[in-house]
Amino acid sequence: MNEVAIDITDISKSFGKIKALNNVSMHFGTGKLYGIIGPAGAGKTTLFRIILGLMAADSGKISFTLNGKNMPASSFREVAAYMPQTQSLYADLSVEEHLEFFKDLYGISPEVYRRKKDELLQMTRLDKFLDRPAGKLSGGMYKKLGLMCALLRSPKIMLLDEPTNGVDPISRREFWDMLHTSVSDGILVLMTTAYMDEAERCGEVVLMEEGNVLGAGEPRTLLEQEKVSGFDEFFLRRGGLK
Amino acid sequence: MSTPVVEVKNLSVRFGSFYAVKNISFSVEKGEIFGFLGANGAGKTTTIRVLCGLLPASEGHVSVGGTEFVPGRENLIKQKVGYMSQRFTLYDDLSIKENMDFAAGIRRLKKIDYEKRRQELLDFIGFKQELSTVVRDLPGGIKQEIALCQSLLHDPEIVFLDEPTAGVAPAARFRFWQLIRKLADMGKTIFVTTHYMDEAENCGRIALMRSGELIELDSPQNLKAKTFSRRMYNFTPKGRNEDIPDLQPFAMWEPYGQHYHAVFKDDTAEKNMLPQLKKNFDIEKINPSLEDVFIRIVEGDNR
Ligand SMILES: Nc1ncnc2c1ncn2[C@@H]1O[C@H](COP(=O)(O)OP(=O)(O)OP(=O)(O)O)[C@@H](O)[C@H]1O
Ligand SMILES: [Mg+2]
Repeated sequence: MNEVAIDITDISKSFGKIKALNNVSMHFGTGKLYGIIGPAGAGKTTLFRIILGLMAADSGKISFTLNGKNMPASSFREVAAYMPQTQSLYADLSVEEHLEFFKDLYGISPEVYRRKKDELLQMTRLDKFLDRPAGKLSGGMYKKLGLMCALLRSPKIMLLDEPTNGVDPISRREFWDMLHTSVSDGILVLMTTAYMDEAERCGEVVLMEEGNVLGAGEPRTLLEQEKVSGFDEFFLRRGGLK
Repeated sequence: MSTPVVEVKNLSVRFGSFYAVKNISFSVEKGEIFGFLGANGAGKTTTIRVLCGLLPASEGHVSVGGTEFVPGRENLIKQKVGYMSQRFTLYDDLSIKENMDFAAGIRRLKKIDYEKRRQELLDFIGFKQELSTVVRDLPGGIKQEIALCQSLLHDPEIVFLDEPTAGVAPAARFRFWQLIRKLADMGKTIFVTTHYMDEAENCGRIALMRSGELIELDSPQNLKAKTFSRRMYNFTPKGRNEDIPDLQPFAMWEPYGQHYHAVFKDDTAEKNMLPQLKKNFDIEKINPSLEDVFIRIVEGDNR
């Protein structure tokens, strides 16, 4: 059993005059897929960076538990995989060399590696481009290579910052099938996305804007509460555009 | 008929032995919003780079704004086109003014022309903040709008927008497309790529690329009509954790947020299955979306 949970209580973080996070609280529990949804400047990336300990909050508390017992932040980081919004891959290394590199880095066994690699190549359709250097990939192919490197490992928690930005509709769907498999394997997934159809497919969403939480819960419940047909409409209405 | 703004004849682009673009031909008329769609790696950016005079064609002919692209005349083409790149738009650590000055410098615009044009464009997007604002501090979506202005500084006939709204939230995407439509109404030609299929609905015509080849070119309406001959339904589960039904009677079943788009295999399946499916789902007839079209055509029967 691997029940990882994250509790965030009254976290605030400012950069100069800008309040990136304004007293936010949330709970994330195992085996669920959480979508953090909101426009640029909502505080999503800051939230991820604070969870990962890459940045300290100005105030508030964050705690991690494993099977109900407190877990220090350092051990949390060992079981978490993070995919930042913009990745830096090695321009001269090929797709295959990247996969090999991360296999060694994470100490992945040959059998697991073979299975994962096949699965990921199927999703990304990069199987025909194993020899191509990262610097010569198209924008979306580059993004997918970053995604493959992050997903190669089987962590207990995944934090994915806009993993499908620039990814075509077909791969996006296959990525979602993979996410659902991970979640049913008991992995806790936190992701951000600018695609509102994806937001609706999350187990739970946290809607954010300018550092504040506007609402949280099951997508369907939230949509019913707000009397909108989708999150597109929700945000268009907030922007005074519908 | 007027001469097309873009004319592409048998264009191929090769990197080593790999063809990123294979023998494509099409033309784009003045004032069109032309959508250039395709899976990752299909050759969209490569084609755009050729049309902007940034990359030579390996084979074939390209003309933009009536100017034939020949080596050595890249600059003539560059004057006619605006380009918003997929990879890079503005320097985050420079102010709006510094970014614009930089672009005007590269284009060798005259100071008075440039300053007048800059103001016109900022008025066009309704920008009211200080020009000294550093790009990094701009609210979401505004960075794209400023980048659009920057690409229009020299008043080009046509602007190439390569995924201008990637990662942009709904309200900001909506505003950006209002600007695109206004530009087209003003007679500018818009050549745009996107992976948001709802945006593609705004295009007059859509070219669909697959592995370097042009596989479709038509209006959104026609693409929908010719891709799906059978009725499409939207399925909304009535309960919370509705199981997906047996997919045997369906030719297509695709999740869309909380819903599913579905097409039955044949009339018999449809007639037999609909009544019992209605117990668990709200079902309504719908027009296919362009995402349905994209998946069907690009995926084909490949997998
Ligand atoms: N300099 C290069 N050398 C080798 N191959 C290249 C080079 N530039 C691009 N390619 C390849 O050409 C193909 C088309 O790339 P392109 O960037 O045009 O795709 P795209 O349709 O814009 O995709 P995306 O939706 O991901 O942006 C890809 O397979 C890419 O790896
Ligand atoms: Mg591209």
